[in-house]
Amino acid sequence: MCLSIPAKVETIEDDMAVVSVGGTKYKASLQMLDDVKIGDYILMHTGFAIQKLTPEEAEESLKVFEEFEELNKKLDEEEKERGERIV
Amino acid sequence: MKYIDEYRDKELVGKLVDQIKKVSKKSIALMEVCGGHTMSIQKFGIPTLLPDTIKLISGPGCPVCVSDRKYIDQAIAYARLDDVIITTYGDLIRVPGSTSSLDQEKAKGADVRIVYSILDALKIAKDNKDKKIVFLGIGFETTAPSSAAGIIKAQMAGILNFHVFSSHKIMPPAMEALIDEGVKLDGYIAPGHVTTITGTGIYKNIPEKYGLGCVVSGFEPVDLLKAILMLVIQIENNDQKVENAYTRVVKPEGNIKAQQMLEVVFELRDDWWRGLGVLPKSGLKIRETYADFDAEAKILVEVEPTREDKGCICGEILKGVKNPKDCKLFAKVCTPSNPVGACMVSHEGSCHAYYKYNRD
Repeated sequence: MCLSIPAKVETIEDDMAVVSVGGTKYKASLQMLDDVKIGDYILMHTGFAIQKLTPEEAEESLKVFEEFEELNKKLDEEEKERGERIV
Repeated sequence: MKYIDEYRDKELVGKLVDQIKKVSKKSIALMEVCGGHTMSIQKFGIPTLLPDTIKLISGPGCPVCVSDRKYIDQAIAYARLDDVIITTYGDLIRVPGSTSSLDQEKAKGADVRIVYSILDALKIAKDNKDKKIVFLGIGFETTAPSSAAGIIKAQMAGILNFHVFSSHKIMPPAMEALIDEGVKLDGYIAPGHVTTITGTGIYKNIPEKYGLGCVVSGFEPVDLLKAILMLVIQIENNDQKVENAYTRVVKPEGNIKAQQMLEVVFELRDDWWRGLGVLPKSGLKIRETYADFDAEAKILVEVEPTREDKGCICGEILKGVKNPKDCKLFAKVCTPSNPVGACMVSHEGSCHAYYKYNRD
C-alpha cells in the first residue's frame, strides 16, 4: 500500500508532471511539493509526488564501508585481544 | 534503475551482513512494521542472511489486513446501490467481506472500478454527474494525504458527487499498543514511506516511554540491512533512539505540505484494528467542513451484520505473536487464489508474502 517508486521528472505543466520510471511514463501530481524542477527525482505514490530525492544523501548512504570503518576497526581490535574471530 | 539498483548491490549486502554478524551478540526480535518491508524481506530472503541471534517479525502495517471486515461490508453495501460507482485501489477488491467481496459484486453487475490514483476517481466523478462516486480511502500516513488532496481538489472544482469512505489510519498508536500488549520486541524497523510524510518525530515515544529503538528504513536490501545493523548497534550499546537509515528520501521534518493537507481535511477518531481492537485516536475521519465529500455522512446505507471466519489467525499474525506457518489454513484452505483472510489477499500481507516466497 505504501509502495512508492523513484521517478525522474521529464516535463511539468501547472501542478502535473510527466515522470519516467525506467523509461515508462506516468503522470504525477506536484500538489504536495514545492520547487520541483525538470530532471529532479521524486518519490511517486498513488499518482502524487510525495518527496524529492536528495542526490547527496543517496550517495552518502551508499558509503556503508566508510561509515562503519571505525566500527570495523574496533571489532578487529577486539578480535585480536580475545584471540578469536568474531565472524 | 537509479536509486534502486545501487541498493541491491551484492558486495554492499555482503559487507553489511558481515558487520551485523560481528556486532550482534544478544538474541533479539525486531519488528518490521510496514507490509512493504515484509514483502521486501521475504522477496530478498533477508532472514536467511542474518545470524541466529536476530529474529524478524512482521507487524500490523498492512492497511488492507488491519481494516475491519465491517468496512468491506459497508463498501459492498454502497456497491449494491444503483446510483453508486465504487472506485478503489486494486488491493481491496478481493478482500472477503462477511458474505461477499467487491469482486463478486462486480461480477453480479455492480459498478466497481480499480483506479491507480484518487485523481482518476475524480475524473470518473466529473464524467458521471448522475452517479455518486465513492472512493475507498484506505492506507496509512503515506496514502492519506492523497485522499486529502483529492477532497480539496473536489471542493475547489465543485465536484459534489465525489465522496471518500475513509478507513485511513495512523501508525504510532498501533506501534505503542503492541508494546503495551506485551509483544516481545527489542526494536522497530520503522516504515520509510509513512515517515516520508510525517517526519521522524512521531516515534519519539518509542525510545522515551518504552525504551525501544526505532530505525526508519527504505525498501531495498541495503536499506533494510543498514537499518538492522543500526538497531543491533543501538541494542548492543544500550542506546535506544530514533534514527533514520533512509535519508535519501526521509527528511526529519517530513513533508510539511502533505501534513497540512491531512490536518485540514481529517481529524483523529478511535478506530478498530484487526488483532489489536479499538485504539484511541488511531483513525482519520473527514472533518465536518468537508462533510459533502464524506461517504459516511452523505450516503446512508444498511450494512449486513459482520461475520468473522473461524480458524483464521490473521489478528495474531498482525501482532507478531504468530507466523503464517502457524495457521492451519495456510497454503491449504487459504491461498492467494482463494483467500480466507485479508493477510492472504493483500500483496503486502504476511501470509501472501510467505506463500509467495517462503512456503516450505
